Amino acid sequence: MVLLDIRDLDLSIARGGELLPVVQGISFTVEENETLGIVGESGCGKSLTALAIMGLLEGSAVRIAGGSIHFQGRNLLALAPVERRRVMGERMAMIFQEPMTSLNPVYRIGDQIGEAILQHRRMSRKQVHERVLELLDLVRIPDPERLIDSFPHQMSGGQRQRVMIAMALACDPKLLIADEPTTALDVTVQKDVLELMHSLQTRTGMSIVLISHDLAVIAETCDKVAVMYRGRIVEHAATSALFSNMSHPYTLGLLGSIPAHDQDVEWLDAIPGRVPTLDELISGCAFHPRCFAAKDSCRTVDPVAAAVAPAHFVRCHFPQGNST
Amino acid sequence: MLVYALNRTLTLVPTLLAASFLVFMFIHLIPGDPASILLGDAATPEEVAELSRELGLDEPLWTQYALWLANVLQGDLGTSVFFREPVLSVIASGAETSILLATMTMLWIVLFGVPIGIVSAIRQGSWVDQATSGGAMLFASVPTFWLGLYLILIFSVGLGWFPSSGFPSLADEGGASNLRYLVLPSLTLAAPNAALIIRLIRASMLDVSREDHVRTARAKGLHPARVAIKHIFRNALIAVSAAFGFTFAALVSEAVVTETVFSLPGIGRLVVQSILRRDYPVIQGVILIIVVFYMVINLLVDLAYASLDPRVSLK
Ligand SMILES: Nc1ncnc2c1ncn2[C@@H]1O[C@H](COP(=O)(O)OP(=O)(O)OP(=O)(O)O)[C@@H](O)[C@H]1O
Ligand SMILES: [Mg+2]
Repeated sequence: MVLLDIRDLDLSIARGGELLPVVQGISFTVEENETLGIVGESGCGKSLTALAIMGLLEGSAVRIAGGSIHFQGRNLLALAPVERRRVMGERMAMIFQEPMTSLNPVYRIGDQIGEAILQHRRMSRKQVHERVLELLDLVRIPDPERLIDSFPHQMSGGQRQRVMIAMALACDPKLLIADEPTTALDVTVQKDVLELMHSLQTRTGMSIVLISHDLAVIAETCDKVAVMYRGRIVEHAATSALFSNMSHPYTLGLLGSIPAHDQDVEWLDAIPGRVPTLDELISGCAFHPRCFAAKDSCRTVDPVAAAVAPAHFVRCHFPQGNST
Repeated sequence: MLVYALNRTLTLVPTLLAASFLVFMFIHLIPGDPASILLGDAATPEEVAELSRELGLDEPLWTQYALWLANVLQGDLGTSVFFREPVLSVIASGAETSILLATMTMLWIVLFGVPIGIVSAIRQGSWVDQATSGGAMLFASVPTFWLGLYLILIFSVGLGWFPSSGFPSLADEGGASNLRYLVLPSLTLAAPNAALIIRLIRASMLDVSREDHVRTARAKGLHPARVAIKHIFRNALIAVSAAFGFTFAALVSEAVVTETVFSLPGIGRLVVQSILRRDYPVIQGVILIIVVFYMVINLLVDLAYASLDPRVSLK
């Protein structure tokens, strides 16, 4: 069953009276109990895509300029604000990139987790308290009875991210969006948190959209992957298909930025150059200035997404893998 | 917390000493002496000298200060040169008016300032916001006496809703209805300070609304009003509470003007008259009390600050 279905999503930023496109024509689906990984360098529009799905762009400079987001069969973009809020935090929840600042500094963490429950469930204070303890235990916070009354500043980054996960899981959501949940954490803690999310998924059967700029993390945890570059999905496939047949030069470049373990790849250097800024106009393929495989046509013609294998799409004139 | 409060109270002592010394010296820099003002133009130099001696004003300044300080430390603020009464009872007679005026003013500030500040932050950029920002700017920059006179002109002379001057005690005939005498003065006093609070609340709410944890709150599906009050305003209050101390300082000087404009028998007017009469003991007494009061307010602000923000621990 398809849980989340995104079609041709366009996002623009209003800046100085004009609309700059940041995310262009993104489409993907997430099945029930599936994990989709979104990977890409900083600034390629991963977080904005996540915020658009959650419905958190309102009040920012970013507009949804086109496309649709269907969740459980309903177009979220057509819902009234009241209806939309019923989905947020209830059936769909999000973990943010910055655990240090994502909790309200003035409230006890127990109350912050409980707030999500009180919002969507009819429960007594006592029941909520029980549920919060249960959640803290679920995310493996030691000594929940004591920590339930702590303030965020009294906790470590790893603990805070666990609290964020507990908060997101408060109402048993069908979809969890995790926006670089481990980037701000120590390497040792990173593994724990990812593993925790995976085991929670097995328990609850929820779907996860995991955003990362680390292809290694994606490889370990996701069923399928969407590689983003400059607001577009440039390669999209099942994880195994992608890793056995990497086709976009950008994806190969990203792999090069993985601390090499057993893979035998030539591109150990990260991709040369930087992500162009939003207002830089690039003719042809947006990646060509940094691409090792760029030829003349790349500079003039923007490639369209094409299948190099069944359900393996690449937006490139010269896919590197072994096309069938 | 208690230890902190006690510590802070102890550190008040040197500050108070320094303040009292400065006040004492500055007052005596004002030309003219109380004896000749009391006796009028017709007095002979001998009479003036006689009265000066009687009042202890012929001693060197240092001795006068030491004497005054010794008395203050025993709780005796001296005797008013003009009223020939203990300074403390002269001040007490103006206290009712001033305390009621201050309370009413604070009430207006909170009643108007807080909700308007919140609304203009939530509706940032809307016509409500622009109107209140304009209004706040106007009220913050208009001189107190000017606003007072206009309020008198409109609501007292024009509409006849409120009396324009004086204040009979609540114990007098009329009882609590005498509070209507304080409506215009307290509004005059509240306007610039409410304007300040509005702008402060608006600015710090807009700051907080950009913080990550507000997004977390919205992601729970909370109603925007709940996010605004429980999450944004509650955090903005931390910054706003710190500003209440400044508001008090501004209030004191504006109260002097307001009490004069509305001829209120309060402490503010007492100061002005005492300066004109060169009634040194009263001026010193009042200023000493205001300084103590100011410090107490600041201590309360710090305590409030600490109780609003769990990250702050008082040491
Ligand atoms: N509220 C905003 N207003 C204006 N521009 C924004 C806003 N949020 C993001 N942007 C811009 O949109 C682009 C995409 O941002 P986004 O946060 O989605 O990137 P990202 O892929 O999540 O990167 P990172 O890995 O650094 O988190 C960036 O160029 C960023 O500067
Ligand atoms: Mg991001």
